Amino acid sequence: MAAKAESATGAKLKLAPGQPLPADLAKEIDVIIARYDGNPSSLINILHEVQKAVGFLPEPVLTHVAEKLGVSVADVHGVVSFYTLFSMKPKGKHRIAACKGTACYVRGAPRVLERIEKELGVKFGDTTEDAQFSLDIVRCLGACGLGPVAMVGDDVHARLKPDRIPAMLKPYR
Amino acid sequence: MATVKLTVDGVPVEVEAGSTVLKAAEKAGINIPTLCYLEGIHEVGACRVCVVDVGAKALQAACVAPVAEGMKVLTNTPAVRTARKTTVELILSNHPDNCPSCVRNLNCELQALAESLNIRGNRFEGARNEWTPDVSSHSIVRDPNKCILCRRCVSVCEKVQGVQAIGPINRGFNTVIAPAFGELLADSVCVNCGQCILVCPVGALYEKDGIAKTWAALSDPGKHVVVQTAPAVRVALGETQGGEPGEVVTGQMVAGLRRLGFDGVMDTDFTADLTILEEGTELIERLTKGGVLPMITSCSPGWIKFIEHFYPDLLPNLSTCKSPQQMFGALAKTFYAEKKGIDPASIFSVSIMPCTAKKFECERPEMRDSGYQDVDVVLTTRELGRMMKEAGIVLDKLPEEEYDPPMGLTTGAAVIFGATGGVCEAALRTVYEVVTKEPLKDVNFKFCRGLAGVKEAEVDLKGTKVKVAVSHSLSNARKVLDMVRAGNPNGWAFIEVMCCPGGCIGGGGQPIPTNTAIRQKRIDGTYTADERLAIRKSHENPAITAIYKEFLGQPLGHKSHELLHTKYTPRGRYRIRKEKAAD
Ligand code: SF4
Ligand code: SF4
Ligand code: SF4
Ligand code: FES
Repeated sequence: MAAKAESATGAKLKLAPGQPLPADLAKEIDVIIARYDGNPSSLINILHEVQKAVGFLPEPVLTHVAEKLGVSVADVHGVVSFYTLFSMKPKGKHRIAACKGTACYVRGAPRVLERIEKELGVKFGDTTEDAQFSLDIVRCLGACGLGPVAMVGDDVHARLKPDRIPAMLKPYR
Repeated sequence: MATVKLTVDGVPVEVEAGSTVLKAAEKAGINIPTLCYLEGIHEVGACRVCVVDVGAKALQAACVAPVAEGMKVLTNTPAVRTARKTTVELILSNHPDNCPSCVRNLNCELQALAESLNIRGNRFEGARNEWTPDVSSHSIVRDPNKCILCRRCVSVCEKVQGVQAIGPINRGFNTVIAPAFGELLADSVCVNCGQCILVCPVGALYEKDGIAKTWAALSDPGKHVVVQTAPAVRVALGETQGGEPGEVVTGQMVAGLRRLGFDGVMDTDFTADLTILEEGTELIERLTKGGVLPMITSCSPGWIKFIEHFYPDLLPNLSTCKSPQQMFGALAKTFYAEKKGIDPASIFSVSIMPCTAKKFECERPEMRDSGYQDVDVVLTTRELGRMMKEAGIVLDKLPEEEYDPPMGLTTGAAVIFGATGGVCEAALRTVYEVVTKEPLKDVNFKFCRGLAGVKEAEVDLKGTKVKVAVSHSLSNARKVLDMVRAGNPNGWAFIEVMCCPGGCIGGGGQPIPTNTAIRQKRIDGTYTADERLAIRKSHENPAITAIYKEFLGQPLGHKSHELLHTKYTPRGRYRIRKEKAAD
């Protein structure tokens, strides 16, 4: 449900850098900021809630948050780019979280990741053109014995091999 | 005051409670190496080059670790030496090995540190970042490949200048210091002040080169190359050749410029005097005819870009006077060309400035009132030092020479433009005498001087009381502007704002290091130069009287408006995307 709302907003938004925010979205963000009394030290919490509401944190959203909190865009962007939990790009309908932790790595994760990128035609950190898949690297999913591991949405896929990737993706296409 | 007793390498010291171990060691006469630490501005304990043994489980960063009663600090144990070396080797493992061609070669804190830690190789070899240097700005080049991520630049930009143009982006190995969203410096709110260059320990930040164009013009027989020198250069240029900060080298500098091949060696001080006449008259007009008050000075281009970005509503308060550099530029290709009978198209106009923002200023589209770009190239004090070095010019060995007419005669009032408070003091010397028609008993307005952030006073022009304020560094400008926005409760009529701490003598184009102690010495040198000059008031400069008679007419007259005054551009605080938004 949340995922659907996200991609819907994301697709509708198409917010390019430097563009003004639509008024209704600005108002939604202002309500969140007001809940934290516009306190700049709540920046991370505010960003978290705004991301939940909007789906992602495009530049005009961050500029708006900076303006309202009276902090610099350099600060806000610094925080957003530091934490992997924040994303400036819209997320796809299906989120692929592939593990590149030590155990998965030695069990062949790099080649698996490469194959996923090849199949979907985008790099990790990005979202496919059709907004169906977004690719994230994670550091450990707690299933080291089953590595290499990837999650597609809430489904865990274990013991992956490069030539098993098309089959893994098929049900979500 | 509570004190704490401790020993550093066995040397007993007593320091104030709450001091850092670094301060205690300093007092004990023991040197602890530092890299990220910048007193009063950046004290975060990030690089861990300064680690020491305080008897705790882990080594502590001396620049942030507080002292404790009875503490036994050891600064030279095998563990300490190894830790420091490892830290620096790790930094160097992601650092280009090209000291010989680096702008900071022989003046680099990292290089000096590697040398003093006796590093003779590197055990670590790993991935190296490959960033594209940002050369978009007219003033500042950022080369992240040499950046060691100490973040001093971020702190100075935020705390001293209140601009916050840059910050760290990403994390870990991918961290880079840049304007928000990785935009180019030229598209950001950066005001080009160069204060970040002054604090950068390495060659990651430097001025946009003007030397190549200058050499080219100097060796072009078809060009008549004129040069102007800003007030603050003469008290700092000596430092580029190992001289004392604040030593006044005006005469040797003039001689050196002639030897470099400049055809006309003149002085920005001349147009500083002219600024006083124009700006003083403008102030008297605003006071008597009900113009916008307080009137704020406009000589400092970093300050101008700052107010355009952050306080555009106060632009009507700015004096319309161009900076002395740009007044000089406009006159060089009109008045000077006419007087010398030279085609202005063949004049190449160079200025030597303590400032990186002047490089941006001379490229502003409105700075072409002569019909040409008024100032062609701006060189920083550092760049002039480099040119002289390249040409084998040793200032100490040169005779003192005089500037060329007709824009070479100057006064003490113009010299003090280089220090915070100087413009205000120079203006008062003239405004007082013009308004009261009486000579000043004492030309020294001492309240204007010194490094206090905001200075204020009331001046009595024989019945007319005028309140003035002086500020330097943009964080202090913010304080003053916020007061003006709040209705100017202190009733200021005139405000001097200089962008850089200490004024132009502490500008972003000055020799490195530039710190508070060195700023103070350059200020002292400035007032010494003032006292040595026979004429100390702008309106008594005979060359100024002559240019009004021969060319300009009168202050604020038609010609002045055409050549010496300007307009400002309100700018946003956020990036305006130029390319079409992607769909
Ligand atoms: S920044 Fe310093 S250490 Fe690095 S290349 Fe330049 S001089 Fe050498
Ligand atoms: S030049 Fe000045 S405004 Fe620009 S980044 Fe450096 S310190 Fe900040
Ligand atoms: S650019 Fe210079 S001052 Fe800024 S973080 Fe890098 S090394 Fe430090
Ligand atoms: S100088 Fe102390 S941690 Fe960098």
